[in-house]
Parts: sequence; structure tokens; C-alpha cells
Amino acid sequence: MNLFRRLFPHPLLTLLLTVTWLLLVNGWSLNSLLFGLGLGIMIPFLTQAYWPNRPRLSRPLKVIEYVLVVLADIVQANIIVARIVLFKPNAERRPNWITIPLDLKTPEAITALAGTITMTPGTLSADVSDEGHTLLVHCLDAPNPEAVRAEIKERYEHRLREIFE
Amino acid sequence: MDSLFEFLVSAFLVIAGIFGIVGSFGLLKLDDPMSRLHAPTKATTLGVGGVLLASMLNAAAFGEYFSMHELMITLFLFLTAPITAHFIAKVHIHRQETRETMPAAGEDDHWATHDTPEDEERRNAAADPADL
Amino acid sequence: MIGIATYFAFGCFALALLMNLWKIVTAPDVADRILALDTMFINAIALMVLYGLALGSAIFFEAAMIIAMLGFVSTVAYARFILRGNIIE
Repeated sequence: MNLFRRLFPHPLLTLLLTVTWLLLVNGWSLNSLLFGLGLGIMIPFLTQAYWPNRPRLSRPLKVIEYVLVVLADIVQANIIVARIVLFKPNAERRPNWITIPLDLKTPEAITALAGTITMTPGTLSADVSDEGHTLLVHCLDAPNPEAVRAEIKERYEHRLREIFE
Repeated sequence: MDSLFEFLVSAFLVIAGIFGIVGSFGLLKLDDPMSRLHAPTKATTLGVGGVLLASMLNAAAFGEYFSMHELMITLFLFLTAPITAHFIAKVHIHRQETRETMPAAGEDDHWATHDTPEDEERRNAAADPADL
Repeated sequence: MIGIATYFAFGCFALALLMNLWKIVTAPDVADRILALDTMFINAIALMVLYGLALGSAIFFEAAMIIAMLGFVSTVAYARFILRGNIIE
């Protein structure tokens, strides 16, 4: 087990690199699978010294649910933003800053949350506070900032906490 | 079966075109700089995503080759769009806003874009040496 | 049907590119100019993939991918230069 950990410091990264190589080759053959696997083993092994503190996913299967929720929200976000752009006069729009106090602690989780917020309806993460306890979000049209904050915290941050902590 | 695929590919192309143009139109229409960031980051991602999806379906249904390349480009765009948006937002905050014009930063003092080396020294001095 | 849809999408993205160009010329601030450039990159990727679809060849995907990577890196580099004064510290 110890030897396995040492040879494959990051099994998920190995899998990801192999799949990426197969997609890049754009075909399926034993040859490219073996080469991709070779790259997938070599790269994490040679670079493991550069990431000493890897995040631990406590519930990796929850990631699938999260990705599906976010994908559905992206499609919805596009329709909402398109309607605001096309049909809402600028004078009626209420652009607004909102601040979100963070319960997440690890930088990876905060990055994931910020990326999700940017991709979803009418919100865009702009900055993080100097010690990383608050996230600054810009809303395209938010007559009610409290509701947006509550929705982000409940819909995304809660799920991310389950995944990362 | 063929006409179903034909319909799907055409539908994806038309939807992608509309979203692509709405994204760029938003860039012209919206009147404050932070709001202008919203339209392109969202609409164009689905615009390009729709074109790539149509291309993948087209290759699978009618072409002589089978192609998964498009998936790579789509994933790459979905991963990088938030990062570029974040950087552009930081440029805007850096150039147009000051600490006073920004909303309060919750339990912290200010936003990271306005951080200076002096602030960092102050934080390091205040932190407990045992934590470092 | 696919032919007409392809031409429609061509027209949309070409018009989008022109709008971005107009925005680059008239933008009030450098942040808007970076944003318009980034949108131009994304629209160019779409046009390139559409061209590959219309010609029925897979050759353009490599080009589209390279444009995607170059667009990301150049946008980040430009923004970082404005923010910090240099790119690699």
C-alpha cells in the first residue's frame, strides 16, 4: 500500500491525464492508451514535490451531483442573462454588489465556489477579502440581495462543504 | 432517424448563434463596466458550447470520422471563463474603485485587490509566530 | 437544413466579432478593452469550429484548441500586467 502511494501519489490525476491524452489523440488504440498511462504515471510522480498539501475529498461521489446541478444552472443562467440583456432597459436594472461570508476554509473549495458563482445566473465573483473570509459578488440584476446571498449559500456552498469537509 | 439528427444539429447551431450574438450585444448595450462583464462570460460560453455540441453530433451522425475533440475545447472554455472574468473584474476594481467606494469586507478589513505590502507586513506581525 | 443553420450561425458570429471590434475602438477603459478582446477570441473559436463543420474536416480543431489556449493566456497576461506591472514575478 505504501509503495502504491509512493508510485501513484495522485491516482485521480493519473486517470485525468490518461483521459485527456486519449481525447487529444482523438482516437482509441492500445498504443495511445499505454502512452497516456505512461504520461499519467510519470507527471504526478515527477511533480509531487510541488504540491505538498493536497486537498482531501471526503465524499468524491457528491462531485457528480454538484456538476449536474451546476450544468443545469449554466443553461438557465444563459437564458436569464439573455433576457435581461435583450428586454430590460438599463434604467430598470439594479446592478448590485453583495458580500458573502464564507464558511469554507480551504483555498480549493473557495476557488470552486467562486468559479461556480461566475457561471451561474446573473452573478459574478469579483474579489475575495484580504484574509479570505468574505467573497465579493456582483449581481447583474438583484432587487433583493438577501435572497441571492441565501440561495448561493444554500445551493452551492452547502454542497461544497459536504464534498470538501 | 437522419432527419432527427439533422434537426438537432440545426437547432444547436441556431441556439448557439443567438447566444453568441446576445453576448456581444450585451457588451455594447449594458451601461456600467461591471455589468458588461456578465454578458460575454455567460452567453458566449453557451454559444461556443452549442457550436461544439453541434459539430460533435454532426461528426457522429453523418461524418466518416468520430470526434471527441470538441469535448476538450468545451471543458477548457468552461474552466477558463471564470478565471478570465475574475481577472478582468480585478482590473476594474484596481483602476476604478478605491477602498472607500467598495462595500465593507465583512469581518475583514478590505478586498484583496487593494492589498498593499504594508498590509501584509502588518498581518504577518499580528499573526502568532507559532502558526507560521 | 444544416446548411442554412450553418450560414445563420456564421452570420451571427461574424456580426458578434464586428460588435467586439467596435467596442475595442470605443471602449472607455482598458478593462473593457481586455473584455472585448477575450470575447473576440471566443467568437473566433466558434467561427473556426463552424468552418470545420461546414467543410466536414477535423483539421480545424487543433487550430481552435490552440486559439482557445492562446486566448486564455493572453487575456490573463494582459490583465496581470495592468494589475502588477509585470507578468512573471
